[in-house]
Amino acid sequence: MLAYLIRRLGAVIVMVLVVLLTTFVIFYMLPKWAGQDLAVLFAGKNSGAEQLEGIRQKLGLSDPLLVQFAEFVKGIPFGRDFGSGNNVTHCPSPCLGYSFRTEAPVWETIKDALPVTAAMAVGAAVLWLLGGVAVGVVSALKRGSIWDRSAMVVALSGVSMPIFFTGMIAMGIFVHSLGWLHIDDSLSSNDSIGTWVETLILPWIVLAFLQAAMYARLTRATMLEVLGEDYIRTARAKGVTEPVVIRRHALRSTMTPILTVFGLDLGILMGGAILTETTFNLPGLGREAVQAIDGKDLPMILGVTLCMSLAIAFANLIVDLMYAVIDPRVRLG
Amino acid sequence: MSEMSDLKKTGAAVGEPVTDSPAPSAFLEVRDLKVHFPTDDGLVKSVDGLSFQLEKGQTLGIVGESGSGKSVTSLGIMGLHTAGQYGKRKAQISGEIWLDGQELLSADPDEVRRLRGREMAMIFQDPLSALHPYYTIGKQIVEAYRVHHDVDKKTARKRAIEMLDRVGIPQPDKRVDAYPHEFSGGMRQRAMIAMSLVNNPELLIADEPTTALDVTVQAQILDLIRDLQKEFGSAVIIITHDLGVVAELADNILVMYGGRCVERGSAEKVFYEPQHPYTWGLLGSMPRIDKEQTERLIPVKGSPPSLINIPSGCAFNPRCPYADLPKDNVTRTVRPELAESEAGHWSACHLTPGQRERIWTEEIAPKL
Repeated sequence: MLAYLIRRLGAVIVMVLVVLLTTFVIFYMLPKWAGQDLAVLFAGKNSGAEQLEGIRQKLGLSDPLLVQFAEFVKGIPFGRDFGSGNNVTHCPSPCLGYSFRTEAPVWETIKDALPVTAAMAVGAAVLWLLGGVAVGVVSALKRGSIWDRSAMVVALSGVSMPIFFTGMIAMGIFVHSLGWLHIDDSLSSNDSIGTWVETLILPWIVLAFLQAAMYARLTRATMLEVLGEDYIRTARAKGVTEPVVIRRHALRSTMTPILTVFGLDLGILMGGAILTETTFNLPGLGREAVQAIDGKDLPMILGVTLCMSLAIAFANLIVDLMYAVIDPRVRLG
Repeated sequence: MSEMSDLKKTGAAVGEPVTDSPAPSAFLEVRDLKVHFPTDDGLVKSVDGLSFQLEKGQTLGIVGESGSGKSVTSLGIMGLHTAGQYGKRKAQISGEIWLDGQELLSADPDEVRRLRGREMAMIFQDPLSALHPYYTIGKQIVEAYRVHHDVDKKTARKRAIEMLDRVGIPQPDKRVDAYPHEFSGGMRQRAMIAMSLVNNPELLIADEPTTALDVTVQAQILDLIRDLQKEFGSAVIIITHDLGVVAELADNILVMYGGRCVERGSAEKVFYEPQHPYTWGLLGSMPRIDKEQTERLIPVKGSPPSLINIPSGCAFNPRCPYADLPKDNVTRTVRPELAESEAGHWSACHLTPGQRERIWTEEIAPKL
C-alpha cells in the first residue's frame, strides 16, 4: 500500500513535469515563431534596447530553453534569484516567477485565486453529486414514468445549455431583477462566510445543474444495469425488502463508475472553471488563466497549468484509492 | 384452515392430475401455472400450463433444454417475477401455487417476501454472479439470516460460520470474512448453499446448481445437496438440462418442452421406460462412459420452439421423427394432453402405447 502510494506520487511528479515542459516549450517558442520578443512582452513596446537587454539578462531569456526550464523547476522547491550583481531580486519558494502583466509574484496571485476556485468546485460538486444521483436513482426505479421522462428531458437540456447562458439568466433574475443576491467580484479570506456563500451560491447551482444532468443520466443507466444483476435477484430471493435491496445492494455497485467520473470532474474544475468564473466574474484560477492567455503572460500561464495538472493528478489518485475501498476485488500494487 | 388440514389428510398420489378443487394435499402444488411476458414481438409464453406436486423429503427433477421454462417456473414459485420489476412490462402470471397450505400468487407480495429465504430458498446457477462482489461471504449469509431472525450480528455470524462448516468449507471461522472472488467455484457454490439453507427452508430450489462448475466439483455439490436434504428433510426441486444430475438425485422427473410438461413420473420410469419422443432424444444425447462407445451421440434435431409462436398441435412436432405416425395429421393440429400410461407415469404424445413400446424397445433402447 505504502509502496503503491510512493510509486503513484512519483508518477504524479513525472506527469506534472512533462505537462510543464510542454507548456514551457510551447509558450516560449510560439512568440519566437511569431517574430515576437519575450522581453518586449514583458517590458512593453516602447522600451529602449538597453532596457530590453537588461530584462533579458535578468530573466535569463538568452539561456538555452532547457536551462531556463531547469531554473524554473528549481525555483519551485528552493526559491530563485533573478539577475546578477547588485540587481538581484529574490523570489522565495515556491517561486513561479513574476507575472509579465502585473509584475506581482505568480504564487501570490494563485494563492488568492485557489480558495475561490476550490470553494466553487467543492460546493458545486457536493450539490451535483447528491442531486444527480438522487434523480438518477428515482428515474431508474420509475423507468418509463412521467417522472422519469421529464427528469431526463430536464437533464438533457441541462447538458445542452452552456453555462454562460444559464449563468446569465440566473444572474439576470436573482441579482439584477429580484435583487436577492449581491455578487462581489473580489473574494478574499477576510470576507465572511456569508459573503462567500452569497457570491458562490449562483455559480454552485448553475454549475451543479449542468453537471447533475450528466450524473443523473449516468446513475440511471448504471442503476438499471445493476438491477439486472444476478446478485440483486439473490438478495430478493433471501427475502430482503426492496428498499434495502436498492440501498445496500444496488446503490453500492452503482457508485463505482460515478466516482470515477466525479474524481475527474472535480479535478478539472479545481484547475479552474473558466466559463463559470468568467460568467460570474469570480476571481478564481479560471479567470486568471483567461487573463494570462490574453496578456501572453507566460509565468502566469505556467502557474495555472501547474495547478490544473496537480489537481487532476491528485483527483485521479484519490479515485484509485476510493476504488480499493469500494470494491474489494481491486488490489493496489 | 381446518378445512385444509382435513383435506390434507386424505392425501393424493404424486403425479395425480390436478383438479379444480382448492385442496392442497401436497406440500408444494403448482396448478396450471402460466407465466407470459409481453414483448414488442408478441407474448412470450415461457410457461404455459404447468402442474406438479412435491412432498417434503422428496426431490423433483425438472429437465428440459434452454428456453423450456424451467427457470421461469422456479422464479415464479419464488415470486421473483413480480418483485422489483421497475417499469418493465409486468409478467402475466396465472394459475395457483400452494406452499404448505398457502396460495402464493394471490397472496400479499410482502407476505411472499417473508416466505422467501425462510420457507423457500433458491440456489442459483452461477455462484460468482449470484453473490454480491462487494460484500464478504459472511456478511451475505448474516444478512440472509437476520432478515428472518431478530438476532444481533454476533449470533448471526456464529450461525454463518456454523453453516459454512456444515457445507464443508475448511476453516469457516476465517473464510467467513473472505470475498466471493477469493473462493473457488465449488467453494462459492457451497457458500451459496450455506446461505440458502441458513433459515432451514422447507423448499429448496436448485436452478442448475452444477452447470457453472468443474465436473469433479459437480459430484461433490450434488452429494452435498442430497446429504443436506436428508438432514433437513426439505422438499427439493432440481432444475437442470443434464439428465445425469437428476439421475443421481431425483425421486421424480418432470420433462419440460416449450413451456409445458411432456412427461412426468418416477425417475426409474422416466429413465427406463420413457414414453415421449423428446425424452428419448434427451436420453440419446446424453454421453455415457459406462457403455462402450459404438455409436455417435444422437442429438435432438432442430432447435427449441419460439415461445411466441409455439407450433400448433404438439409443440415438439417439427423436431419429432415420428410426427407422421399418428393418423390425420393429428400431431400438427391437436395439442396432446397429459395421459397416464401407467400409475404415476404421465406423458403427452399422440403415439399409441403400442407404437411407443415398439419404437423404444426396437429403435431407441438398443442404441443407448
